Amino acid sequence: MSTILLEARGLTMRFGGVTALDALNLAVHKDEVLGLIGPNGSGKTTFFNVVTGLYAASAGSVDFEGREITRRAAQEIYRAGITRTFQRSRLCLPLTVFDNIAIGNYQHLQHGLLFNLFRRQALKRQYQENLEEACRLLATFNDKLVDRLFDPVSALTMIDRRRVEICRALISRPRLLLLDEPSAGMTHDETHELMSDILQVRQRLREAGNSVTIVIIEHEMNVIDRVTDRCVVLNYGEKIAEGTYAQIAADAEVQRAYLGSD
Amino acid sequence: MSMQNSNSSAAPSWPLLTGVSVVGVYAHFLLHAESQIAVLGLAVGAILLLIAFSRFGWTARVATSAATYPKLLGAGAVAAVVLVAAVSYEMHFALLMLTTVLLYSTVCLGLNIQFGYSGVVNFAGAAFFGIGSYTAAVLASHSPLPHLLIVALAGLVAALLGSLLILPVLRTRGHYAALITIAFGILFKTFLEVNDALGGPQGLKIPGMEILGWKFNDNIAIGDHELSFYLNYLVLSLALCAVTFVLVRRLERSWMGLSMDVVRLDETAAATFGVDIARWKITAFTLGNGLAGMAGAIYGMMTGFVAPNNFTFGDSLILVSIVILGGIGNPWGILPAAAIVLILPEKLQFIQEYRFLLYALLVILILLFRPDGLLPRKIRNYFPGDAGR
Repeated sequence: MSTILLEARGLTMRFGGVTALDALNLAVHKDEVLGLIGPNGSGKTTFFNVVTGLYAASAGSVDFEGREITRRAAQEIYRAGITRTFQRSRLCLPLTVFDNIAIGNYQHLQHGLLFNLFRRQALKRQYQENLEEACRLLATFNDKLVDRLFDPVSALTMIDRRRVEICRALISRPRLLLLDEPSAGMTHDETHELMSDILQVRQRLREAGNSVTIVIIEHEMNVIDRVTDRCVVLNYGEKIAEGTYAQIAADAEVQRAYLGSD
Repeated sequence: MSMQNSNSSAAPSWPLLTGVSVVGVYAHFLLHAESQIAVLGLAVGAILLLIAFSRFGWTARVATSAATYPKLLGAGAVAAVVLVAAVSYEMHFALLMLTTVLLYSTVCLGLNIQFGYSGVVNFAGAAFFGIGSYTAAVLASHSPLPHLLIVALAGLVAALLGSLLILPVLRTRGHYAALITIAFGILFKTFLEVNDALGGPQGLKIPGMEILGWKFNDNIAIGDHELSFYLNYLVLSLALCAVTFVLVRRLERSWMGLSMDVVRLDETAAATFGVDIARWKITAFTLGNGLAGMAGAIYGMMTGFVAPNNFTFGDSLILVSIVILGGIGNPWGILPAAAIVLILPEKLQFIQEYRFLLYALLVILILLFRPDGLLPRKIRNYFPGDAGR
């Protein structure tokens, strides 16, 4: 049995009268790719937002690596080792690819006023390190992206923006990566390409001794089938099924949730 | 990237030097123009020449050259200011104008950190400038402190009084934050008008600056020639403006600039990647207000007098319009913009009464046709001049 990396117990999130997460119990095992699926409004993204500290849970708890992180500030959760991407890409469009990736490494960048204004040589060394790391990550996705390091992100295609977003989430070497519907807005082929990239990056990180656990929200069932080790199905903020893709695909309640009952 | 480098390393430096010289000569003629028709002709001529130059691609060549030799550009700009000032050595008014441009530019460099980088709007720039002047008035009249220290303290007092605003500014965004700073500016002016200790509506006198026995308000006699005392203030203001400029540039080209940019563009993404939003807003607000305070202290000592009416909401708007006109986020845009906004109305007497109308028109036109300003901000290059990565 693998160890548990992240565990939510009785996690509840209410917005006024709406209960987006309803006493959810969910465990993410170390080194797995967990698929989080469910119909629109079933609470998947809310789960990410609660875990990453953008929403404060109404009840319940979240443990990460054995420490409680419930209702911590987003900044603290990032420093604990959890990063994410967003369903609608949240890159800073006027800034360069490098800038967008470098900010992902914020905890390792020195922020002092005197350091930044007067120790330019030391800053330059730190800059070079981050530049190399950003190039390495980008190259894992696509060598051509390295040439665009100093282009504004606004000049990139959708799929490249996603790649940059994933690089931003990976540069700080997190232990847990939350991918919120990475295929949103992309064609079938692009989705296929991106997923291959993600699996490849993960493999390379593992070989380098920086294994990352992934939770992925996805609507495309073939993607889920291809990339996940295990799936959790949510409906109305509750977990209705859990298991391999084959198991949940055969589950009667899951079919009802997706297709409606009649 | 590699292409960008090969281009830039091949670029010659003479377009930059020519450009700086042309601007310097132009500034000289503008400062010396007497008749309204000459001034108007110079203004219209500048617009036509700029259009013609950009048609021939000359402005682009100057820009490439300037980007390749940033240090030469800085040195050239300082030399141009010194030369223009040296030629006008006995003309009080021209030197006063030039020094005012430099001091306003310093304030705008601070505003640029505030809303150009970290997105904290500040419509009370003139109030912080005024706090600097009043601090100088009180300290220079009632304490034996050295005057350079008073300038630094004026910056500190402005930054400290600005911290009163930090809580409301952090809790609000956009229009609401703007309203808070507007309210502060108006409160400041009203407070001064009713406060007798600070001279009420009549204001206070400020002693001239004196550093190590050198009296700034005495004309400088060299042989038979008498140089205007404003040259003293010009040199000091130029030093303040140049140092500020270098530091603002460095700030932009560092992790601080990156963090502030991300805070401005997307607070949610910033928080998700550990960026301490409050920290950067407070840093930017404090630095900007401090700069305004220091510039205000020098300006007050130069004019010898400070009154609430010098620091109205309208003056704050002028500061904001300089930043917008120059190009938000680009420190190089501020200098020409400050020169245009400050010198032209002074020179064109007949538009004096309509100056706010003109600023409003100018800002509207810029926002409509050139929303990034006269000199739009360039992409961040942390260590320009270095080949490759």
